[in-house]
This record gives sequence, C-alpha cells and structure tokens, in this order.
Amino acid sequence: METFLQFLFSGLTVGAVYAIVALGFTIIYNASDVINFAQGEFVMLGGMCTVFFSLWGLPLPVAAVAAVIVTSLIGVALNKLAIEPARGANVVTLIIITIGASIFLRGLAQVVFDKQFHRLPSFSGDAPIDVLGATLTPQSLWVMGGAAVIVVLLWYFFTRTTFGKSILATSHNRLAARLVGINVELVLLASFALSAATGALAGILVTPITLTSFDAGTMLALKGFAAAILGGMGNPLGAVVGGLLVGIAEAMGAGYLSSEYKDAVAFVIILAVLFVLPSGLFGRRGTERV
Amino acid sequence: MPAWLMQPRTGGLLLLAVVMVAVYLAAPNNFYLDVAIQIGLNAMVVVGLNLLIGYAGQISLGHAGFFGLGAYASAVLPVHLGIPPLAAPFVGMLCVGLLAFLVARPVLRLKGHYLAMATLGLGLLVFMLLTNESQLTGGPDGMTVERLRIFGERISGKDWWYLITSVMLLLSVWLTLNLIDSPTGRALRALHDSQIAAQVAGVDVARFKVIAFVYSAMLASLAGSMSALYSGFVTPDKAGFLHSIELVIMVVLGGMGSTFGGIIGAAVLTSLPQFLTVFAEYEHMLLGAILMTVMIFLRRGLLPGLLDSLRRRRAS
Amino acid sequence: MSLITFLKGTAAMAAVIALSAGWAAGEAAAQIKIGSVLSITGPASFLGDPAEKTLRMYVERLNEAGGVNGEPLELVIYDSEGDANKARTLATRLIEDDEIVAMVGGSTTGTTMAMSPLFEDAEIPFISLAGGIVIIDPVNPYVFKTPHTDRMACEKIYEDMQARGLSKVGLISGTGGFGKSMRGQCLDVADDYGIEVVADETYGPRDTDMTPQLTNIRNAADLQAVLNPGFGQGPAIVTKNFAQLGIDVPLYQSHGVASKSFIELAGAAAEGVRLPASALLVAEQLEEDDPQKQVVVDYKTAFEAEWNRPVSTFGGHAYDGLMILVEALRAAGNSDPEELRDTIEQTSGFMGTAGEVNMSPDDHMGLDLTAFRMLEIRDGDWTIVQ
Repeated sequence: METFLQFLFSGLTVGAVYAIVALGFTIIYNASDVINFAQGEFVMLGGMCTVFFSLWGLPLPVAAVAAVIVTSLIGVALNKLAIEPARGANVVTLIIITIGASIFLRGLAQVVFDKQFHRLPSFSGDAPIDVLGATLTPQSLWVMGGAAVIVVLLWYFFTRTTFGKSILATSHNRLAARLVGINVELVLLASFALSAATGALAGILVTPITLTSFDAGTMLALKGFAAAILGGMGNPLGAVVGGLLVGIAEAMGAGYLSSEYKDAVAFVIILAVLFVLPSGLFGRRGTERV
Repeated sequence: MPAWLMQPRTGGLLLLAVVMVAVYLAAPNNFYLDVAIQIGLNAMVVVGLNLLIGYAGQISLGHAGFFGLGAYASAVLPVHLGIPPLAAPFVGMLCVGLLAFLVARPVLRLKGHYLAMATLGLGLLVFMLLTNESQLTGGPDGMTVERLRIFGERISGKDWWYLITSVMLLLSVWLTLNLIDSPTGRALRALHDSQIAAQVAGVDVARFKVIAFVYSAMLASLAGSMSALYSGFVTPDKAGFLHSIELVIMVVLGGMGSTFGGIIGAAVLTSLPQFLTVFAEYEHMLLGAILMTVMIFLRRGLLPGLLDSLRRRRAS
Repeated sequence: MSLITFLKGTAAMAAVIALSAGWAAGEAAAQIKIGSVLSITGPASFLGDPAEKTLRMYVERLNEAGGVNGEPLELVIYDSEGDANKARTLATRLIEDDEIVAMVGGSTTGTTMAMSPLFEDAEIPFISLAGGIVIIDPVNPYVFKTPHTDRMACEKIYEDMQARGLSKVGLISGTGGFGKSMRGQCLDVADDYGIEVVADETYGPRDTDMTPQLTNIRNAADLQAVLNPGFGQGPAIVTKNFAQLGIDVPLYQSHGVASKSFIELAGAAAEGVRLPASALLVAEQLEEDDPQKQVVVDYKTAFEAEWNRPVSTFGGHAYDGLMILVEALRAAGNSDPEELRDTIEQTSGFMGTAGEVNMSPDDHMGLDLTAFRMLEIRDGDWTIVQ
C-alpha cells in the first residue's frame, strides 16, 4: 500500500507538470490552431530566468515575477514576429516555424545564460512529509497545488470573463468573432502571453525538484504534447487528465513493470487510446480542423 | 528545348545526374564527398516521406524509427543471425515494409495532430527498443557494423559510396515520380489533396495512403541500412525523435509536394550546420532563425517558393 | 538556363572552391594543426564544455610561450552535440579538410567509437577523452584515451565496499551511454569482489523523479548499499530522492558526477555520498609529497582563474590528452602523424590530472587503480577517504 502510494505521489507530481505544459499547448491551439512546439522552452525560460535574475541580485519572489513577465513578452514576440507574418500558411509550415523558434530560444538561452544545470531552493524546505508510510516533499505539494490553482484560474478566465470568452469565441469561428467586434489580433496576442506565462510558472515551480538547463524544454514539450493529444487536443480538462495519466503511467510503469520501458508504457497507452478513440479522451468528435 | 527535357522524369532526373557528377568533380576532398553522401541518404528518405506528407497529406513524426530499424538491420542481422551483409539491407527493408503495412491501417485512420502523435509514439518505441536491448544493439553507445564486401572486396571508400548513393537516389526519385504519375497519384494532385473530393471522384484514397506509408517506410529503411554500412557504426540517435523532426523539416523546407524540392531541403539542412560551425556557440540561434525566416517568407518551401517568385518576376 | 551555362557555372564554382582550399592549406603550412570534436552542447555538454575551455586556454598559453618545436599550434574545435553521426562527419572534416596531425577529443564513448575507424584508416593518432573500456580494448593502434575506464571505477567502489563490509548492493543506473556502459561493467566485476546485486533499476537521461525506482530498491531484502552510475542532472535527483525516501544505507556515485556542481545541485542530500575520482577535485588536500600535487594544483589554479568556475575532472582529461600530445611532439621533434603515434605509445612516467600514465602497445591508457581516490562529501566539500 505505501509502495503504491509512493508511486502515485511520484506520478502526480510529474503528471502535474505535464498537465500545465499541455494546458499551454491547449491555450494557443484554441486561439490560433497552431501547435506551438516552443512550449517547452517557455518552461525552461521560466526556470532559467528565475535562477539568473536571483544570481544577479534580485530577491527570489521578484525574480520569479520578472521571469514570468519576460517569458510572456517572449511569447508575444513569437506571435508578432513569427506566427502572425505566416498567417494563412499550411499547418505543417506553422509547426516547423515553432520548431525553428524552439531551436532559436534554446540557442539564445545557451548564449545568454550558460550550459550548466541549475537549481532553485525549495520554497518551504526539504523536510519530507510522511503520508501513510510514503513520503512527499513540500515542493511536490507546491507543484500540485500550483497546477490546481492554474487550472481554476484558467477556468474562471475562460468562462467568467468577457475577454476569456472572446478567446473561446475566436477559437470556434474566427470570422464570426471578428464580425461581432472581437479584436482577433489582441486575442491571439493574449493567448500567446497567457500560454507563455503558464509555462514559465510551471518552470519556476518544478525547478527545485527537476533542476533546469537550457535544453530542458524538449522533453517537456514532447510529454506535454502527448498529454494534450491523449486528453483530446483543445480541451483544457483533457489536457489536465492527459497530463496526470501520462505521469501516473510512467511512475507505475517504472515501479511495477520495468524502469527501462516506463516511457514505453506511457506511449503504448496513448497509442491504444487513439486506436479506440481517434480524437483522444475528451476531443471534439467529427470536427476536423487540419 | 525539346519538351521531354522539361518533364521531371526525364529532364529533372538528367539535371540531378548532372549535378551529382559536377559535385563529384568539384569536391576538393573526401570531406565534401562525405557531406554529399549524407545529403544523398537523407534525400532518399525525404523523397519517400514527401510522397506521404506532400501528396497523401499524412504527416509522420516517426520515420527516423524506420530509418533506425534499417540501420540496425544491417548491423544486427549479420552478427546475430548470420545473414550476409549484402542481403541484410533487403531483409531489413522487407521486414520494415511488413511492419509498416501492419500498422498503416489503424494509424492512418487518425487525422492531423493525432496522426502526428501516433507516428511519434511508434518512432519512440523503436528508439527505446534499440536503446534498451543492449545485448543485441550495444545500447546507447551503439555498435560497429561489419564492412560490406562484394566479391571479397571491402567497400569502404568514399568514391564507392558516392556512386552507390547517387545511383540509389536516382532510382528512388524515378520510382517516386512514377508513383506520383500513377492514376491515383494524379487524381490526388488534381484534387488538391481534398480527401472528400477525391473520394467522390472514386479515388481509393485509403489505399494510396497505405502505399505511400509503406513505400516511404521501406525507402527510409534502405537509406538507414546504407548509412550504417557506409559509416561502419550505428547509434540509436539515428532512430530518435530529433532525426524524425529533421526529416520532416527537410520535406517542408524544400517544398511539400515537390520531389526535387525535398532533395534541396535535404541538401540545405544537412550542409547548413557545416557552414555554421564558424559561428560556434551562435550556431543554434542562427539555425533556428534561418528556419523561421525561410518558412515565413517562402511558406510553400524553397523550390516552389523560388519558382513562384521567378515566374512572378518574369510576368511583371 | 541552358545546360552549357550551367556546366560553366559549376566549373567556375569548383575552381573557386579548389583555389580557396589550396590557399587555406598553404597559409596553414607553418603550424601544427590539432583537431578536436567535443560534445560542447547537447546532453553531454558538461563533458565537452570544460574540455573545450581547457584546450583553448592551454593552446593559447603554449603559443605565447613560443609554440612547440618552434612552431605555433593551431586548434580546430567542432561541436558534435553528442551525436555519433555528426561526430563522424566532423572527424572526416578534420582529417580531410583541415588536415590535422593529431586529434584530442571525443567526449563520449559513442562518439569516440564512431570516429575511431576513420583515424585508423587515415593513420592519424586520436587521444579520446571518453571513459568506456571498449575504446582501448581491443587496442586500436591509433586510438588512445586519458580517463580511467568505467570498469576501474566499479572496482574502486567495490574495494571500498569490501573494506566497509558491504556486499548487497542496489544498482540504479542512467540509460545514457555512460550509465549503461558502467552498469554493464559493474555487473561484470561484481563476483570478483563478492558483491551481490540485489536490485537493478534504471532511469532515463531526462527523468525528473526516481522515487519509484528507489522505492523498489529500498524494498529489496538485506540492502546494504546503493550505487548510481550516471552523469548529468540524474545523479543529483537520485541523491535528493534517496534522502527524501530516508534510505539509510551508504550511497555511492560514479566518477561521472566528479564536479562541484553535483554538490550544489544535490544540496544537503549529498552529505555522506562517496565516489571515486581523480586527485584534481581535492588538489589542495593532497599530501605535500604527493607526486601528483604539483600538476593538479597548477591546472586547477589556472582553469579557475581563467574561467571563474570550479574545475571538473572532464577538463582535466583534456589537459592530460593535450599534454601527452605536446610531450610526444617534443620527443618526436616533428609532427609526422605516424611518428607521433609511435611516440605517444611510448609515453611513460607522464604525470597528469588523472594519475601517472605508462602506455605500451597493449595498453593505450596506461593508468592503474591507484590513480583513483575515494572521496566522500562532507560539509559540502570533498574529503579523501583514507
């Protein structure tokens, strides 16, 4: 029982990170139909900027806020400089542009920062918490709690605020949204900023556990994309469930089956789900956007 | 100029052959030939992948998996199963073809990003298998490949491999152009890859998709085998996610739906890092920036994009 | 464009390329050209990065002092990103295009093995900076290496376990080339030291949580020690998870984490961790009469003054490789690759950061177990286990 619980804690912590990354994919996808493969770099930037801002003398909380702001600005710049000029291009072309952006951002981080691994201190100490015989670090609680807060805030934003609703409207029908007076450019800008901020926040939360470096984003983007697809692209609930499922599958795979093939466990599950439900767990059925 | 020279299958192939001879004559030393061989091997994969992405409209983020299987076929089969090195690439190609055929139907039922994910997953499974089964594959550090011998003669020189690669690339281009020019291929092209329109017109879209998938997988496997035999060493990187992405970038960069564009894409992306080494640590920034710029301004890809602007200039 | 203009254009281009290549070769004739392919970026960048810095720094110093045999050294460095295929192409470039006389490089075992046949064919000496035993066993006449092998690391660790009366060991290894290869070696020599491996787990190079694997190890019967072959950020996370789970047996890391950043990354959890490493990490703590002291203190001081960051053993391997080559250049009196190879093979009594090197036709590394020191992390710093 305590062994199972230990695996579950591990899975939930890792899964919460995947879930936030998957949410980042979802926000941009919904507003612009673009799968942003630079999503992992937002997470990396969040962690790396915080590390270096605090090295340069900012107190940690200020450094974290500054990191979120800088990453959001980079998200906005990505939209302005790379996505908007290519409007109307083929979906695959847009994906390649975001891959180009991710290579560029990784190269930039390597030059501006360095190639070392870095860490942040845990927010509230390293003393493990005992839960029914299994242990949990306080930082894991921060990650899971942070993920939950992000989900609630996004839910509130998209369903209770006019601006959030206008993003959703744009995602359903851009022309109609324009006709009812929604500023589509602004909506796109906001969704890139929001997605980048979400990613950066995830980066700050997990760096004390996972450490970070200029190339930490690739793997996260891969897992986040997998999670978003498993849940059904475009569905925020799906992104969260998908992320947690991938995380738990990995932990259980490593614990009970084979640690060498734990990633394979996750991908086999995803493939199996897709063969039965071709648009993921909660994906929109019948509508084809590509 | 006679009309047959303007046809891709005659004029295009002839031009490609001329370029190959010219590159061979112009190459100052073996390093340039080595890069040219790498370009040729990548181009073989891209030509097949372009049929799948550009014509059948199906993206695959897992073709490096097939490439890797081919590479390991020529490494593992002679050592562990006693299959002669000369036969191993073809045995590997047939096995990969069978594998691709088996997964094609369920995978190609998926659309868009879901298809991308499924192919990505398949590629990753291959990668994990090659990395983890170190008894067989040597694990992440890779394994050496027995050198190819024909009539007892060791084939290891760059000149030999340049010849082999060139001939195989010409053959694959010729075969691919024939497939594109088949009734199904032509119908798909005429209908601008609108599946519904194609179906209405009575084109068996599903069948063409499966053919394109299996064909591109087999071509990737063959190129992988050749690459392993050429370099005498294989590592699982060849089957990795990043290599898959690279291959797709080559297709899109050169121009989706343009076979010769794909070759140009392969040439540019394979040789670009060699030019960028002088910028040392700025290499990745530049690579990313170049990729973005090209795709933003020539969104249909290098060859179609440049041809368009040429035509426009001539018209004005 | 007609065919003829095209051909003319190509011919002109060819002429330009050929001319510029010839011009470059002519200009470089008076220098000794040394090549290096390193994993400067990518997952093994912490191996390649300090090596690159070391090579650049020392080649500059040697040139300021008048070069070797009166000729300046020219260093050409390329980044393989840890990819064996790229490494191979870049090695071809060094051999064919840059026309080097020797190579000091190859950060990982995978890239080294991919490049070795090229140097054998071209008959140019290649001093590798990677750990795997396959590099020198069987001996490739043109390939040498400076770091200890992973097999020696296992032996050193097992010796220490034997001395402490520990015999039931749980393994948790990275699945990267380094971890995988060392795991194999450690399983291989376990019997010689009466070690029983009671748990054998792995983790991926980019994994962020190893508690499930460590939980399984903790649950293994009679566990007496845990050994973690691996490099990069993985061992730091393993160490933190190990502390989180409260596993109270000794934890051994490999020489793959032998740099100060491991202690920083793992924080308080690193207390009490033991690992085999070269004397470089404890330069100041060595006895005054230790024959290695002079070399390691000099290198450490020079590196830290120039780059303002702590030394790692991986930069030390590059120092050893370069200096072995320079000694060979001096001994041979010229830079003929064939003669260099013979002279490198005769290296004896060379004192490097990794220990005393005595090479022979059957031993292209020339180090023995005494070159390793067993270190323990105490109060956030390395201490020598006596």
